[in-house]
Order: sequence, then structure tokens, then C-alpha cells
Amino acid sequence: MVELVVFYFFGAVLVISASMVVTIRNPVFAALFLVLCFFSSAAIWLLMQAEFLAIALVLVYVGAVMVLFLFVVMMLDINIARIREGFVRFLPFGVIVALLMLIAISLIVGSGYFEMKMPAAPASAVSGYSNTTELGKALFSNYLYPFEVAGVILLVAIIAAISLTMRKPRSSKAQQPSLQVKVKKGERLKVLHVKAEPKQDQGG
Amino acid sequence: MLDFLSQTIFSPIAAFLLPSSWQPYAVYTLEIIVKIFAILIPVLLTVAYLPYAERKIIGYIQNRIGPNRVGFFGYKLVGLGQPIADAVKLIFKEIIIPNGANRTLFIMAPILSVAPSLAAWAVIPFNDTLVLADINAGLLYVIALTSLAVYGIIIAGWASNSKYAFLGAMRSVAQIVAYEIAMGFALVGVLIAAGSLNLGEIVRAQNGWFIHWFWLPLFPLLCVYFISGVAETNRAPFDVAEGESEIVAGFHVEYGGMAFSVFFMAEYANMIIVAFMASLLFFGGWLSPFQGIPIIGAPSVFWLLAKTSFFLLLFLWFRATFPRYRYDQIMRLGWKVFIPITIVWIVVAAVLVVLEVPPWFN
Repeated sequence: MVELVVFYFFGAVLVISASMVVTIRNPVFAALFLVLCFFSSAAIWLLMQAEFLAIALVLVYVGAVMVLFLFVVMMLDINIARIREGFVRFLPFGVIVALLMLIAISLIVGSGYFEMKMPAAPASAVSGYSNTTELGKALFSNYLYPFEVAGVILLVAIIAAISLTMRKPRSSKAQQPSLQVKVKKGERLKVLHVKAEPKQDQGG
Repeated sequence: MLDFLSQTIFSPIAAFLLPSSWQPYAVYTLEIIVKIFAILIPVLLTVAYLPYAERKIIGYIQNRIGPNRVGFFGYKLVGLGQPIADAVKLIFKEIIIPNGANRTLFIMAPILSVAPSLAAWAVIPFNDTLVLADINAGLLYVIALTSLAVYGIIIAGWASNSKYAFLGAMRSVAQIVAYEIAMGFALVGVLIAAGSLNLGEIVRAQNGWFIHWFWLPLFPLLCVYFISGVAETNRAPFDVAEGESEIVAGFHVEYGGMAFSVFFMAEYANMIIVAFMASLLFFGGWLSPFQGIPIIGAPSVFWLLAKTSFFLLLFLWFRATFPRYRYDQIMRLGWKVFIPITIVWIVVAAVLVVLEVPPWFN
């Protein structure tokens, strides 16, 4: 009973915030509504006793991905009036594309290949059940190969991202603290022994 | 105490007001609310008196006296009334919202920054049984919530519509994203060593005296965790997000009165969380350093508080000792030093666990 109320509450927040993401004009608010959207889906996953996935969703998407998103969106100076300028002019094309996509989707979904059987709800977990342990066991036994492949693909993505940002040779002069620390007095400072000359009389 | 409250007060009220099917839920909710207050009131009192301790301790470090004027009823009491006077002053100040600011987000930002740092207390255990929510993924929950604190800062920076505030927000975001990775990796080492994500289980895995705790086998991770914690809370020497000398006060330059003090509270609450986590994960939580000796060897919440106080002292000590890091050096330290160290030590920790090295992992 209480769970149902909580589910419908977060479900409603999820649907409303998801529709706000695409309808609201200010892109910063759109990004923040997407954050709210992730949050409510995390809450729904928590209701399904998938606490690891729920917290990982908050940690990865809300804590890292959306921060960078928001960061970029805030830096852009988006002129909303100019974006809305061609709305009427481009409306026919938009409608045609939307209709085509509607037809394509209905052909696939209505074709019988896409039949969705409603799976039975899994039995409520026994006490002492740990979602994290189960997930770890599944990942490192049944799905070890796909898991490793995904890891390698992510590694390639990291290397690609780093190499993309380093494409031109460094032109700026950076300090290297490790070298600075090792500098000895003798390398920088030279004491000249100038032979003292006898004092000359100031003229006149 | 709680049973007494729920039997004598909550149950009769619920029986009077609600249909019988709702009564257990109502009593349960009331009990949880009482527990939340029992945790948050001491936390907020500590948050109020930590700045006082900071001013006193840094004062003594710099051979000054610190605040010593405000007391109670005409007695000065070494300035113990100072936090209360400060709070009253901040509460009665006007909150000014700049003309070009985004009103909604400007008000929301301090709330978003203090909420996660208070919500994280839900899973912090105080001794073997005293914990509000004993969930399996407690450690992950704390990491997720500390990573949310950045939203308050970034939204404050943007909503203020001011260059200084925005620069502060950008610095803070880059810094927090960098140090969060090192912090997460440091905690991976802890959960390899403990074999659990539950904070209580992690402390129980360190059972023993001083030498048995995880600070010894995971010493590099302890250093990385604590320094990342200092960076994540934007404390000196990593406080470039505020950077008084170059960007005035950073992300909260436009804030005044209570709105500013909520940011302040969030910073200190985060410090307390980091100190608590360091003592739970690496210093045996409520376990006694003299385990085996009668009386002083008994595990107690006071040990946990003593360890936490030590880490809080380190926060203040750092601030009095180190000059502020330059921005590119912060980035270099986070990405190029801490992350490699943690990755290497995760492998070392895994080897130690697999080989069942005594006295920690046998």
C-alpha cells in the first residue's frame, strides 16, 4: 500500500520532469529537470530492491555526467529568440519527418516481432539478500566475457578522448615542480671572485 | 527511551487520529523523525561550534587569542557565546537577491548544497547497533551524496549572474570532479579489504587494536582519501573556489545573511562527514585502540568521536599551515598523482587480501 503510493509519486515526478526536459525553454532548467528525472528513476529502482543500481545511477549520472552537462550548458550563451525564429518556416518538414518516424515505429511495433510478454513480478527478496553481491556474482561468472569487452571498449574511449585533446604540440611553457625542487644552488648561482682594485683618487 | 516515547505518546495519538491499518506506519514514521532529530541536532551544534574552534585553534597557532568577548549573562566564558551571536546576526540580515539573478535557482542553491551533507548522516553508524538506516550499500550512498554537493555550488555560481561567482563555480566543479575519482578509488581499496559496502561491516572487519585497523595496510589510500576530502569540501589549501585574493569569495560572493550561512553550514557539515568517514573506514570507528585491556579497551562511541575530532583538528591545522595551491597544481595533483597511486594500491590491497596477510586479512 505505502509502496504503491511511493511508486506512483516518483512515477509522476519522473514523467513530469521528463516532459519538462524537452518542453522548457531555458537549457539550464532542462538539464536540472533531467537530474530530477534520474533521481526519481533511482527511487523507483530502490523500490525494486536494486539498491546498488539505484545508487550507481545517482553517482554516475547525477554526480558526474550531468555536472559536466550543466557545466557546458551554462557556458553557452543561448539566444532563445533566435532559435524560435524559423519555427513556422520549418514546421512542414518537421511534421513530415515526425509522420515518417511514426509510420516506421508503428510498422515495427505492430509487426508481431516485437511482442512484449509481461514478465511475472519476481518474488520479494528474502532478508539478508544483497543486491550488490548478486550483481557481482553474475558479472564475474555468467557475464564475464561481455563485462571484459565492455571494460576494453571503455579503456579505448578513455585513450581516444585523451589523445583528441592532445593533438597539437604544447606551445605553452609549463613549470615542472619536480625539476624545480631538484635544482641545486650551484646550477643557478655563480659567485665571481673579482680582484679588488686599489682605490683611485676621485678626479681633481 | 525511544520505545518508551513510541508506546506512551505516538501510539495513543495514532490510535486516536488514524484508522488501524495506518497506525503502524504512522508510529514508525514518527520514530524515524525522532531519530533524525537525535542525529541532526548534535550535528548542527557541532557545525555551529566548529567555526569557533577553528578561530580559537588557528588563533593559538598564530599566537593570537581568537574570539574571547561574547559570553552569557555578563560572563565572557572564553567567547563561547560567539557562534550564537554570529547566528543571530546572520538570521536577522536581509537576503539580497541581485537584479540579474535567477530568483528560483538563487534560493535553491544553498538548500541543494546543505541537503546532501545532512542526508548522508542516515547511514553513518555510531556504534555496533546505533545506526538510522543499516543499508547494504552504505559506503556507496555516502559517496553518491558527497558527489551531489557540487550542484549547490554550480547552481549558485550560475544563478548569481556574476563573473566572480561563475569563475568560482567552474573552478569548484573541475576540482570536485577530479578529486571524486581519486576518492572513489581510495574507497574501492577499503571495500576490497573489508569485503563489504556496509559501513558497520567495514568497522567490524577491522576488529582488533590500533595495529589491526586499515590505516596501516591502506596507508596511501588514507592519505589520498583525506586530502581528496579536504579538496572536495573546498577547504584550505584547496579553497580556490572561494579564493578571496583573486575572485573575492567565489561562488557565494552575491549571497548574504542566512543564504550565505547555509553554504557555510554545508561546508562544515561536509567536513564532519569526511572526518567521520576517515575514522570509520581507516581508524576502526568505535573500536578502542587498547582492545584487550579492561575498561579502556571497550568499544564505545566516544572513541569514534575522539577520532573524528582528531581529523577535524587536521582540517583546521592544514588551514593554518599551508598556503593556497595554485589552480593548475591542484589539477595536476588530482589527476596525475592521486589516481595512479590509488590504482597501484588497489592492486596491492587485492594481493594482501588474496595472500591473507596477517594480522589484517587472516
